[in-house]
Amino acid sequence: MLVIRRDLVLAMRRRADVLTTLIFFVMVVSLFPLGVGPEMAMLRKMAAGVLWVAALLSSMLSLGRLFSADYLDGTLEQMMLAPQSLSMLVLGKMTAHWMVSGLPLVLLAPVLGLQFDMSVQALGVLIFGLLLGTPVLSMIGAIGAALTLGLRGGGVLLSLLVLPLYIPMLIFGTGAVEAVASGLSIASHLSLMGALLVLSLVFTPWVTAHALRISME
Amino acid sequence: MAINWFKYSAPTTFYGLAGKLIPWFAYSAAILFAIGLYIGFFVAPMDAQQGEFYRIIFIHVPASILSMFLYMIMAGYAALGLIFNTRLSAMMASAIAPTGALFAVISLWTGALWGKPMWGAWWLWDARMTSELILLFLYLGFIALHASIDDPRRADRAAALLAIVGSVNVPIIYFSVQWWNTLHQGSTIKFSGTTMHVAMQQALFIMLVACWFYAFAVALTRVRSIILERERNTTWITELPEVKQ
Repeated sequence: MLVIRRDLVLAMRRRADVLTTLIFFVMVVSLFPLGVGPEMAMLRKMAAGVLWVAALLSSMLSLGRLFSADYLDGTLEQMMLAPQSLSMLVLGKMTAHWMVSGLPLVLLAPVLGLQFDMSVQALGVLIFGLLLGTPVLSMIGAIGAALTLGLRGGGVLLSLLVLPLYIPMLIFGTGAVEAVASGLSIASHLSLMGALLVLSLVFTPWVTAHALRISME
Repeated sequence: MAINWFKYSAPTTFYGLAGKLIPWFAYSAAILFAIGLYIGFFVAPMDAQQGEFYRIIFIHVPASILSMFLYMIMAGYAALGLIFNTRLSAMMASAIAPTGALFAVISLWTGALWGKPMWGAWWLWDARMTSELILLFLYLGFIALHASIDDPRRADRAAALLAIVGSVNVPIIYFSVQWWNTLHQGSTIKFSGTTMHVAMQQALFIMLVACWFYAFAVALTRVRSIILERERNTTWITELPEVKQ
């Protein structure tokens, strides 16, 4: 999985890009209490939703970089000519994208959750949900990124394409936290998220590879 | 005698066929709209629970049905275009999209108008309303992606892929949203033992057919102009009587 290592090294060389996404995540989450008022009871109820929406937005923010640099300097073309299957290369790029933009969010989420006075139990479910969900965001987002490659106004267009497809993850992720808060079983939500993760793992690399071929010809 | 099934899959022949079909669909849509609205507003009795307000279903229900079916048809054409690389399928897909989006808007709008007197609110975050809204977003994404790519062939394929991904996602979105919150009344039209009055049923059915015909007429008109635009440099276009004048 050389692609993962290469992308991670590249991301580390340009640390500012990675950090901006994280700071954006923290900022969006911190803006909500300012907008709706500091009542703890309400914030506790909102916490999961706010964190999830912020995670959706910030993972989308970094999608534009997934293929664009490689597209501009011709690396992507070389990857397509490579004997390895393009789907696997794409899967590597998705994984690297998740490790750079998804994993840090998961690690940061507990701190932000404490700001919203979430219970330890709810926090645990939120983190687990984000751990299952953020890879799916990277994978679905990659399809959009591949389709909008090299287009003018690609960023806004990307959000229009990708955000509706993110909705199931948002619902299940926040649903699990709500279930644990009201004492219900979380198994169904989390297993559905796991199912979506497996489905995306199987299909999205292939679809993204196809989208890249369309965009590159 | 062998029938050539693929005769009308070429824009050249389909252009003429569409031109002949459009008036039929357009006029019958207009007539059926008139009949359906008349039965719906004057013949059908008042609803026991919802009073006169229920009459909006004669527009609301066909529009909702059409908005969903047209998405599937659009995705089907998109898939055909992607697999067999036919020009006409992709043109049909992009011709259907605006009509589908229009029906989604009508469905949301009339639903809001009905919701105000019945539920006391213009908008409730109900499962069906929300998934209809998301469907509208998917249509808009398709149109926007198609519009922002200059090369029509690339636009066709990229939008086709998006439509297919969207159609895979529609059921997932629908069930996730339904699980999340449900308030909308269940469907009244069932295959057996419906609880509706006959006149209501007739009006609804006529309006549904009228909406279908309208959708056909509009999509065919749009595909004709797309054909004219895309193939403007070919000889058969320059030899068309309406172009020659």
